[in-house]
Amino acid sequence: MTLLALEGLAKTYDSETNVLEDINFQVEAGEFVSIIGPSGAGKSTLLRCINRMVDINEGIVHFENTNIGLLKKKELRKLRTNIGMIFQHYNLVPRLPVIENVLHGRFGYKTMMQGLLSQFTEKEKRQAFFLLEKLGIAEHAYKRCDQLSGGQQQRVGIARALIQDPKLVLCDEPIASLDPNASQVIMDHLKSITSELNITCLVNLHQVEVAQKYSDRIIGLNEGKIIFDGPNHLVTKDRINHIYGTESKKLITV
Amino acid sequence: MNEKLMNRRKWNKTIFLFIIIVITYLSADITNFSFIHGITAFPEAMGWIFSNLFITQESLEKLPTILEKLNETIFMSIAATTTAAVFSLFLGIMGSKATKVNSFLSVLSRFIASTARNIPVVAWALILLLSFGQNSITGYLALFVGTVGFLTRAFIEAIDESSQSAVEALTATGATYAHIVNKAVIPESLPQIISWILFMIETNIRSATLVGILTGTGIGYIFDLYYKTLDYNAVALVTFSIVISVIIIELISNYIRKVIL
Repeated sequence: MTLLALEGLAKTYDSETNVLEDINFQVEAGEFVSIIGPSGAGKSTLLRCINRMVDINEGIVHFENTNIGLLKKKELRKLRTNIGMIFQHYNLVPRLPVIENVLHGRFGYKTMMQGLLSQFTEKEKRQAFFLLEKLGIAEHAYKRCDQLSGGQQQRVGIARALIQDPKLVLCDEPIASLDPNASQVIMDHLKSITSELNITCLVNLHQVEVAQKYSDRIIGLNEGKIIFDGPNHLVTKDRINHIYGTESKKLITV
Repeated sequence: MNEKLMNRRKWNKTIFLFIIIVITYLSADITNFSFIHGITAFPEAMGWIFSNLFITQESLEKLPTILEKLNETIFMSIAATTTAAVFSLFLGIMGSKATKVNSFLSVLSRFIASTARNIPVVAWALILLLSFGQNSITGYLALFVGTVGFLTRAFIEAIDESSQSAVEALTATGATYAHIVNKAVIPESLPQIISWILFMIETNIRSATLVGILTGTGIGYIFDLYYKTLDYNAVALVTFSIVISVIIIELISNYIRKVIL
């Protein structure tokens, strides 16, 4: 079943240079897709067009057969509850405890008053603790987020995305500020999201090897255009060079 | 090559210093301010202060009146600051890049803040004096307006600095604007907001003395009264009590800051 379909998507911030040009691809439910490409290729913008954190200039984005470009404010809120998002810098509220940050993921389902009074149901709270347990940070539930390490904070970010009960999770450079060990933990968790919960993952990555190891499919982006789209075993050294342009040699030897 | 550059830098410094000296001399000359006179008059002035401005037994009898007026001033400053803070928080949220509703309101709130801030509190007091007359409302309003200007600016920066990323994340979960402001922006910037409010209370107690002289209220009024009746011992006592109370308030707010941060 096709979950997400992009048709002729284009985005420009200053109406002169196109950040994204003619992006076409489809994502099936339960797929794990990585988007690789050099900095400034438009990876982050591409993800943010899918949940309309940035407005689309041209083209259509279909999510479960709704055209998200046409959604009004309320419908857009409803759409966003279906799409979780994970960020490079975790984007938590550092001064608040872990458990509160996780429950923030439920705001999309709340009326204004329920949200303001923090009225969460027993089920939601149990779910929050279940997720923290699963991600291995249950013992930190009442600690402030700024006391946690980077890897732990990113796991809080994952819990916040999962408690939304999403069909799709967008990950914007989830491991770019983490050390190799923490990176592996985070990528394993993301992988298990797709394999166990059948949630689709769309991940922006810098590291080609990581993308090859974890994804079912890789999309290569350069200067706003898709120049590769296929299963990861087709990603050869030549193709990586092509995606990364002249920078590639340095990137691979390091 | 490098040595040349270093030499040039050295020369630049010397020239710069020379220019400063010339400017200082010229401005002193234009304003008829004489350094020599200033320095020679200094011991005499100090002598006058020490022989006239001391607290006597007699002036201590006026302490209850002074303390009453001082209380009035302190509480007026606190009231002006806290009520202004509520306004400023609203303006700050409207003005901040992270939480603005639209550009028009953002520009408007920044405009209100900068107008209120760039006219000194004393000028506000004089302007308001014309329409409200000599009473404590005038003093309160003058402090209120100045505080709104300053705090709005400070809050905008506190919110901008602390919350942009969390705002993005919560928007992506489908949270409403009210949720985002109340559950992410305010908790995250609260320590800074409280810290600025405490700072403003201290500043306002100092300004209130000056404003009081103009509006005829509080400790400023009593200072002016004793000063004009040449009762310098009482003036000394008033000054002393202001200094003590400002120090106490500062100690308290430093303690509060340490606890919340």
